[in-house]
Amino acid sequence: MTEILAYAGARYNYWVYIALMLVGFYTMIAHRNLLKKVIGMNVFQTAIILFFLSTSAKLGGTLPIVPSQVTKDGVAAAGLMNPLPHALMLTAIVVMVATLGVALALLVRIFRRYRTFDEDVILDRL
Amino acid sequence: MLSDHLPPFLAVVPLLGALLAPLLGAVRPRLVHPLAVAAGAATAGLSLLALREVLARGVIRYHLGGWAPPWGIELVLDPLSAFTAVAVSGVGALALLYAGPAAAGREGREAPFFGLALLLLAGLMGMIVAGDLFNLFVFLEVASIAGYALVATGGGRALVAAFRYLILGTVGASLYLLGVGHLYLMTGSLNMADLAQRVPELASPRVLAVAVGFVVIGLGIKMGLFPLHGWLPDAYTHAPPAVAALIAPITTKAAAYALARILFSVLGGAEGLGRAPLLTVLAWAGGVAIVAGGVMAIRQTDLRRLLAYSSVSQMGYIALGIGLANPAALAGAFLHILNHAMMKGCLFFAAGAAAARLGGPALTDLRGMHRRMPWTTACVVVAALSMIGVPPAGGFFSKWYLLVGAVQGGQPVLAGVILAGGLLAVVYMFRVLEHACLVPRDEDEHAGSDPALERREAPPGMLVPLLALGVGILAVGIWNAPIVSGVLGFTAR
Repeated sequence: MTEILAYAGARYNYWVYIALMLVGFYTMIAHRNLLKKVIGMNVFQTAIILFFLSTSAKLGGTLPIVPSQVTKDGVAAAGLMNPLPHALMLTAIVVMVATLGVALALLVRIFRRYRTFDEDVILDRL
Repeated sequence: MLSDHLPPFLAVVPLLGALLAPLLGAVRPRLVHPLAVAAGAATAGLSLLALREVLARGVIRYHLGGWAPPWGIELVLDPLSAFTAVAVSGVGALALLYAGPAAAGREGREAPFFGLALLLLAGLMGMIVAGDLFNLFVFLEVASIAGYALVATGGGRALVAAFRYLILGTVGASLYLLGVGHLYLMTGSLNMADLAQRVPELASPRVLAVAVGFVVIGLGIKMGLFPLHGWLPDAYTHAPPAVAALIAPITTKAAAYALARILFSVLGGAEGLGRAPLLTVLAWAGGVAIVAGGVMAIRQTDLRRLLAYSSVSQMGYIALGIGLANPAALAGAFLHILNHAMMKGCLFFAAGAAAARLGGPALTDLRGMHRRMPWTTACVVVAALSMIGVPPAGGFFSKWYLLVGAVQGGQPVLAGVILAGGLLAVVYMFRVLEHACLVPRDEDEHAGSDPALERREAPPGMLVPLLALGVGILAVGIWNAPIVSGVLGFTAR
């Protein structure tokens, strides 16, 4: 039992992202308010970004900025964080912001037409 | 040489058009449509050229910025991607041509509309040429975000449909990204060819199954695979005709292509995934989609909604072919990507033209269509025959290869489902043809044969792409053998 707990505890970054992802997912499904659905969607996406970023960390790792003279003897990669997930997530964040922008623009137009964010009321008025 | 640089051009040409459209729209709004058609036609022409080059010289690999993979970004054109590129860009270019008269009367809206349409095309072409999983995600989202905005241009109900599409589409893309993240953590690579080398050496099939599960569910949402199709009927129904004609035929096809590409080029297909029942699940999901989509299509009274549920059913065929994973079934699935793009494009073109000329999207509005719009009706008949699977229309041959694949794969139930799907298509397409050709319009019975009622054919700008697809459906049917053996590389035994 303690072994399992230790195993699970050592990977607590995964639990954080799973919990955040489920919070976002639940918000998207359960809330009837469209704005809250967008917030849930954003939490969902952020959880995945957090997952990627947390995997790049290393115990005692530092910023992956390598002075040029070090490269001749090779780089001690164990002491540097993995920069690739950061680079990927920079792009993913741009995608996320674009999605959020389109979602908010849609909500503005939906609100102008239906005067509410409540999904049930909007479905009644369709 | 130009042919070495073809892969980036396939995505860059429509992207350039998407940038130029709003700029040109500020000065000369009338020229935006010709610009969009030119960009679409150039993309389709380059795709054809790419297909010819790939068949003559083999796979074209392009390293962006000269950085070699797995560190650099790679774009790949092989026969399958070039074939899908031709299908998507060809139907896409015709949809852009069709969109001109459909978007007319919406002064000042041309520039944003065609900008977004070209952005959608650029995203889809990027998905097809992408050689690594992360760029596939980025292009998937470029296409999707353009798609959400395009659906929303319908206003009113389309706004709510676009919102639902956005929420579900984002969940799909996020799950795909999560799956890609798992694959990256296991292998340290994102390049497809590099991953294909590393995946068989993996120690933990369980993590691999989780990763692949996320990827399949994510792309399943994007390709409208039942039961993940929740966004699709509303988005296709409430989008403006020009948008439905663009989105319905091609967006789900690019996602289906990406799914097949990842399952077979990256994960090694049936051998690589042998331990996980994933392909079997996918095949059965496709079978359920064929029946469920067909049954839902029969119940519809709105032509666009009927076509949307028919799309759910037809995407089931593609998923079934991918899931069966033998050469005949895969040839059928890829041939169906082309066939379904053409027949669904043809039917949505006709639906838009009929709505403009006959007054509405309901099936009852189609009455008397064969007298007023004979050419449009002829194209609907050809597309309906293809949907049902009557030779020589193209749909027969893709379903034939799928059937052969199901029999060879030892799945008699799925073979029965393929045939049952054809019967369901008979019912729902006959409901369309019944109203279009057999039931007279109310005013016709009083007016007799008033010549003023006779002809209200679609304008040439709509009719030309419609006829092109109608002829194309028959041409693909007639020349299916060279396509299947020469392009898809399937040799009948």
